[in-house]
Amino acid sequence: MTGAALVLVLLALAAVAFHLGRKRAFAVSAPLGGAKHLHSLPGYYGSLAALWCAVPAVIVLVLWLSLESRIVENLVVSGLPEEVRALPPERLDLVVNDIRNLVEGNIVSGEVDPEMRAAAGRYRELQRTSAAASAVVVLIVAVAGLGVAWRRVAPALRARNQVERIVRFFLIACSTVAIFTTIGIVLSVLFEAIRFFGHVPLTDFLLGLDWSPQMAIREDQIGSSGAFGAVPLFAGTLLISFIAMTVAAPVGLFAAVYLAEYATPAFRSVAKPALEILAGVPTVVYGFFAALVVAPLIRDTGTVLGLDVASESALAAGLVMGVMIIPFVSSLSDDVINAVPQSLRDGSYGLGATRSETIRRVVLPAALPGIVGGLLLAISRAIGETMIVVMAAGLAANLTANPLQAVTTVTVQIVTLLVGDQEFDSPKTLAAFALGLVLFTITLCLNVAALHVVRKYREQYE
Amino acid sequence: MNATASEMLLVNEPPPPPPPAEPVAADPVPAGIETVGRITVDQPRMTSRNVSVMYGDKMGIEDVNLDIGKNEVLAMIGPSGCGKSTFLRCLNRMNDTVDVCRVTGTIRLDGEDVHDPRLDVVQLRARVGMVFQKPNPFPKSIYDNVAYGPRIHGLAEGRRETDAIVQRSLEKAGLWNEVRDRLEQPGTGLSGGQQQRLCIARAIAVSPEVILMDEPCSALDPIATARIEELIDELRENYTIVIVTHSMQQAARVSQRTAYFHLGRLIEVGETSQIFTNPRHDLTEDYITGRFG
Ligand SMILES: Nc1ncnc2c1ncn2[C@@H]1O[C@H](COP(=O)(O)OP(=O)(O)O)[C@@H](O)[C@H]1O
Ligand SMILES: [Mg+2]
Repeated sequence: MTGAALVLVLLALAAVAFHLGRKRAFAVSAPLGGAKHLHSLPGYYGSLAALWCAVPAVIVLVLWLSLESRIVENLVVSGLPEEVRALPPERLDLVVNDIRNLVEGNIVSGEVDPEMRAAAGRYRELQRTSAAASAVVVLIVAVAGLGVAWRRVAPALRARNQVERIVRFFLIACSTVAIFTTIGIVLSVLFEAIRFFGHVPLTDFLLGLDWSPQMAIREDQIGSSGAFGAVPLFAGTLLISFIAMTVAAPVGLFAAVYLAEYATPAFRSVAKPALEILAGVPTVVYGFFAALVVAPLIRDTGTVLGLDVASESALAAGLVMGVMIIPFVSSLSDDVINAVPQSLRDGSYGLGATRSETIRRVVLPAALPGIVGGLLLAISRAIGETMIVVMAAGLAANLTANPLQAVTTVTVQIVTLLVGDQEFDSPKTLAAFALGLVLFTITLCLNVAALHVVRKYREQYE
Repeated sequence: MNATASEMLLVNEPPPPPPPAEPVAADPVPAGIETVGRITVDQPRMTSRNVSVMYGDKMGIEDVNLDIGKNEVLAMIGPSGCGKSTFLRCLNRMNDTVDVCRVTGTIRLDGEDVHDPRLDVVQLRARVGMVFQKPNPFPKSIYDNVAYGPRIHGLAEGRRETDAIVQRSLEKAGLWNEVRDRLEQPGTGLSGGQQQRLCIARAIAVSPEVILMDEPCSALDPIATARIEELIDELRENYTIVIVTHSMQQAARVSQRTAYFHLGRLIEVGETSQIFTNPRHDLTEDYITGRFG
């Protein structure tokens, strides 16, 4: 039986268990005078039976599948001739790999000797046995669980509480998956970054002014200096984020003020969804818009004005990124402005303030912390943005503050380091992890700061 | 003041039956009914004639005629939703900030029509100040809260004059001694009663002629309420005050005249002592004896 079929059978069994449990609950309550004498609703007894049936069986199945290949391999290896088993571990791994390839019908390195064929046959044999055995064991566990649950059904059984406890464990498990994934990613990035810093000193990386990550593969290769000074990347990221924020912060904020304080409900009902559409445009679309429309436009305008503009400029990428971030800023600001209590506005109007005085002197100051939080989130979004800068900002690691030149960013370099073939232990590849670590640290700090500010702000009006 | 009235209410004696002279209508009030009692005063500060308010298709108040005298405290009472706040908000045109709201009729402040296009609503609100149900100090310092009005209206030149206005307003609101050492601290950090007195100081700072108060004590404890009531009595010397209240004891303690609203109509108005001891309309009597409300 294949795994999928086994899971389907288990589901069917669980459904049966639900019905049996429920019926059993009605049956045991009948002598007492009906289902109202049960501790829980009959459905809970059914759910409990279904859980008893399915959960242990699934656990057994998962354990079986995760241990299966290990055990089968060990058995196959122990059946190999003496001289093969005496090989060093790496060579032995290769042999096992060959056997596995034979089993799966892939192309095998070198000619196949009969011993290997025999081993592969054994391997297949064992896999079949294991599959059959797992099906039998899992089904026995399921039926046994069902039996236990069926016998335990009694009017005093607190089925509701037990089902809820199991559900709670399930919820906890789901939430920890997300947490452990995050921790896992952080740790792997951290360890690879530490390996990178074994090749390149931390100070060279953080303070070096020269970025050219091409490593020499042969001794005599030229033009491949392998310099890993990341300052030009940080500077490029900052420059582009700065340009983006000078677009997004005022435009987004003023749009929010208009929407929250002036716009008629009719206009609001059109403009808000329109802004959200802007947020829904895929960044890759913004990217080619920046590269194919905005960048040439800026270059041509520059030429007319007699300025020297690179065909891929920080300005083009920053402007388009700014437009991309406008909806973030405006919708977050709109929320915080709306959260300012109407009573403050009334108080101000009641003193004879005009609408714009009220906005400037009461509403915006009151909303300021929340707006700052929203801006920080927008900045962290800008720093992490990749697609637009890959397409529109260029690859040259120039250390410049001139927005008309091409610059490159941390995210762009991570992409270029990892695109194409690479060795996993060269500093060039590992540099991506170091850059990722820096990026992660910065955006984490920004997000924590932003959340802190926003929470403070919320408390103020509760 | 109205010691007899409030004492009477506190011991919950039934009021004497209304005189049979006036034919009075039973609930519900028929359309076009006259208000019982004298709506005019000898020295009016504000007058309203045929004031009606519509919220969209819904009637807020209908045909209210009422004068508010100089240096008097007028209390407005009535069951929830009867239009007290709506009428109050007509007096400084706060209803302009509600989109669906349409006000008709004539309201005059010192003889000037408040709806006259030549009259600036911003100026009107400086002359007719407002204190709200829930204390709503701005999230600024105590000083800046009080200085807010004078600054936007350009009433003070330089820090010295602003200081003087802030101090005078806080003194009048009976808050100066409590906050003189912490003017730079946020107004939101004060206690509820202090916040409400700060809001009164904030309204006083723009030298209004009339102060409107919409249930100013409903969010406060009894001690803070007593402070505000004392304050209202003191403020009467310089200002005309209109107060909406749910507490009949409060109306009896602080006001000279009382107006009773019911379902958007002004049912009865008169001397406070008369309203509480000798209401002439059945609805008024039902309300003040607690038969409904
Ligand atoms: N902003 C508004 N929009 C629509 N209807 C309103 C609004 N404000 C008040 N009303 C209605 O007007 C009537 C009078 O309300 P209000 O003046 O607040 O009563 P009160 O202050 O006496 O409790 C009520 O029926 C209320 O529902
Ligand atoms: Mg009200």
